[in-house]
Amino acid sequence: MKKTNIKSFVLDNLVPIIFIVIGIFGIMFSGFSATAIANEMMTRLARNSFLVISLLIPIMAGMGLNFGMTLGAMAGQIGLIFITEWGIVGIPGMILAAIISTPISIFLGYICGKILNMAKGREMVTSYIIGFFINGVYQLIVLFLMGVIIPIKSDILLPRGYGIRNTVNLIGIRKCLDNLIPLKIAGVSIPLATFLVIALLCLFIIWFRKTKLGQDMRAVSQDMEVARDSGIKVEETRILSIIISTVLAGYGMIIYLQNMGTLNTYNSHNQIGMFSAAALLVGGASVSKANIRNVFLGVILFHLMFYVSPYAGKNLIGEAQLGEYFRVFVSYGVITLSLVLYELKKKRDKLERGKKLALMQEEDK
Amino acid sequence: MNKAPMLLQARGIKKDFFGNVVLKDINFTLEKGQIMGLVGENGAGKSTLMKILFGMKDITETGGYQGDIILDGEKVHFETPFDALAAGIGMVHQEFSLLPDFSSTENIQLNRESVNYNVTSEIFGERLNTLNKKEMRKKAVEAINKLGVDLSPEMVVSEMPVGHKQFTEISRELSREKMKLLILDEPTAVLTEKEAETLLKTMRKLADSGISIIFITHRLGEIMEVCDKILVMRDGCIISELEKDKTNVREITKAMVGREVKGISENKRENSDAPEIMNISHLWVNMPGEIVRDVNLSVKKGEILGIGGLAGQGKLGIPNGIMGLYQAGGKVIFDGKEIQLNDAKLCLKEGLAFVSEDRRGVGLLLDESLEWNVSFTAMQAQDKYLKKYFNGLIKWRDQKAIEEVTQKYIDELQIKCTSSKQKAKELSGGNQQKICLAKAFALEPRLLMVSEPTRGIDVGAKALVLEALKKYNQEAGTTIIMVSSELEELRTTCDRIAIITDGKVAGILPAHTSSEEFGYLMVGAKDMVKEGEK
Repeated sequence: MKKTNIKSFVLDNLVPIIFIVIGIFGIMFSGFSATAIANEMMTRLARNSFLVISLLIPIMAGMGLNFGMTLGAMAGQIGLIFITEWGIVGIPGMILAAIISTPISIFLGYICGKILNMAKGREMVTSYIIGFFINGVYQLIVLFLMGVIIPIKSDILLPRGYGIRNTVNLIGIRKCLDNLIPLKIAGVSIPLATFLVIALLCLFIIWFRKTKLGQDMRAVSQDMEVARDSGIKVEETRILSIIISTVLAGYGMIIYLQNMGTLNTYNSHNQIGMFSAAALLVGGASVSKANIRNVFLGVILFHLMFYVSPYAGKNLIGEAQLGEYFRVFVSYGVITLSLVLYELKKKRDKLERGKKLALMQEEDK
Repeated sequence: MNKAPMLLQARGIKKDFFGNVVLKDINFTLEKGQIMGLVGENGAGKSTLMKILFGMKDITETGGYQGDIILDGEKVHFETPFDALAAGIGMVHQEFSLLPDFSSTENIQLNRESVNYNVTSEIFGERLNTLNKKEMRKKAVEAINKLGVDLSPEMVVSEMPVGHKQFTEISRELSREKMKLLILDEPTAVLTEKEAETLLKTMRKLADSGISIIFITHRLGEIMEVCDKILVMRDGCIISELEKDKTNVREITKAMVGREVKGISENKRENSDAPEIMNISHLWVNMPGEIVRDVNLSVKKGEILGIGGLAGQGKLGIPNGIMGLYQAGGKVIFDGKEIQLNDAKLCLKEGLAFVSEDRRGVGLLLDESLEWNVSFTAMQAQDKYLKKYFNGLIKWRDQKAIEEVTQKYIDELQIKCTSSKQKAKELSGGNQQKICLAKAFALEPRLLMVSEPTRGIDVGAKALVLEALKKYNQEAGTTIIMVSSELEELRTTCDRIAIITDGKVAGILPAHTSSEEFGYLMVGAKDMVKEGEK
């Protein structure tokens, strides 16, 4: 009995266990001090958690990993471009950027949700492709329309007179939230204000689960037909979940970029969806089940690997490139592995039912 | 009769699906607090009638119905199930409509949850009110107590035994305010004997409290135990309306199955000394909705064995399980050799063939030509109709042989088509079925299993299909196992018929036995008959 328990525990938590092992080896070979690692982890936790949390609500509604969160990231970036143009700095700048991003996120989220309703059962791949599609629209607006139709005057424009530069310096809001409440414990600086915002978001998620809308989303995720028969507006609920996720992703992107301090206009958002999804999966979430614990565990384990593997690679075989290779390889790998494990688990459950039937027959005899 | 006020009256209800008449002139009345049993064979029109009562969209989308339904003295016409619910009609469907990860409370209160007010709802709408778990639990417990069963309000549905799931469904209906009429579609089919007993007692209690119940079941014993009156349907008509006190199981069964029997099987060849070709022992099959438990059967060489029984009892699971389409276990010995279960290709290699009841899904390649459809399985499983080069290293389709064999079956089975190149989806249902048969015949199997060969095809085509099967059996000497819901069809075609009830073999009788006898086996009422005669 106990043996099968351990076995199923390992099977259910295979991904986090692999990453804990990788992490331990990485730390051993990288030669970092505990303080350095702790400092880095604090920064990365503050930087990424908000984005990863934005994935939780679509999972709750049974729509899988919302790779369409890139849409929100783009909306956030547009907000940041405007506040840089207008020269609004500090916390008011961040808030204004968030306000600008909100209607754009809602609009994009609505479109995304509408399309996903037409592609039930294939939400993840569809949202991934929608990300690419909207990226084209984003480029059109930022690269060609800004400075021509949308008035932009400052030096964030390309020398040719229209289109935004490749990198926009966000000096006005750099680390303004992270350093709002300075705190340093044993040489580790803690971005307390950012954590407070993240804590608020966690409270929101917990509260949201208890609302009628949250309950409806959980119902829709289990069986759309049954939910519909009971009078729940299935399509509307699904669209709402995507809108909320997109809006949160927009805010998350603003927090992410205030920490980075520079905006890579045409690249920053590209891999956000994939890295966030990978982090969540590393934390032990599945396509159909995820919670806040998975978020934090995932961000720590995933970024720990990111941080230590280049140095571990350098110390082991004198090749820092290994880390960069690991980054991409592991992100795609972990998403694939999670998807495969999820299918295997479904299959395993089905076989269990058959075995039960055979067992019942044995007992009858 | 006029003790209780009338609750429901149906007057002259007619319904056809695009010209195919399924209900002709249905009239009945139901009093307050009365339990009415509704019985009939599969396809008699019971479900259609209930769907009309409940305003299901299958009805409204196919042109509505004719006739009047009068509820509480008022004429009603439900467009959606929500209208019916609002009017106080609750229905418990045969398949569970429960959410597996929710507790019974959450399921009972689904989309009717009690909420606590909070400010955000003013801005973002009512759905942001938080759930009031305490109140929800209270209401759920109330409903469960009304039902009078032992059901934990916290238990998650996926961990419940089947009986509790059924109770959860019924509690959900009862928790609605002003529930007047409860429709129960085969509620006891999934219950153990003890659970069924509890449910019957509860139904009586509910009726005494003034709720009327329409009770659909195949178990006549239960009907006799709990109903006030019994409605027997057959072929879209109400055959008889019986008072419980003045009838018995024998009369009901007769009304249910007793259509005029014509052309009863002339092949009464009961050569009991024919050698055994297939032996099935302790077979179980995990086919959702058609679960098979512990089936033991022996098939004789050269016979046509019929497998009958009511829908959902497991008869379809037997061939599907043997052929490896659904997970199965047990032991199947074919011609002295044990068959590897759960592997369709091996089965085909051994000389078994199967014509699936899912014609469009499993049986045919809808977008391909008839030639492909006929030859495909034989090509895949037996390397037929292939030209081999380089010692079999390269296999090429033999177009000429394919055309020949297709044309042969088109002529033999009188398949109506423009040419052997026509696409399968363009044929009518009957002709599609013949293509399925041709596909199986092309395998030249030693044992052929056909599942529901006449489902959804018209009368003329039915006769042809059955004739083709009989002919094939006589000429090629192939043993055939035929699964069908239509008893009369089995009786005219088969030598012996096994009836499956509750996933098990209820009995095997020669085809010329009277249909009543089969009826008893189907409803699991063998012992009841004697009681009824006393």
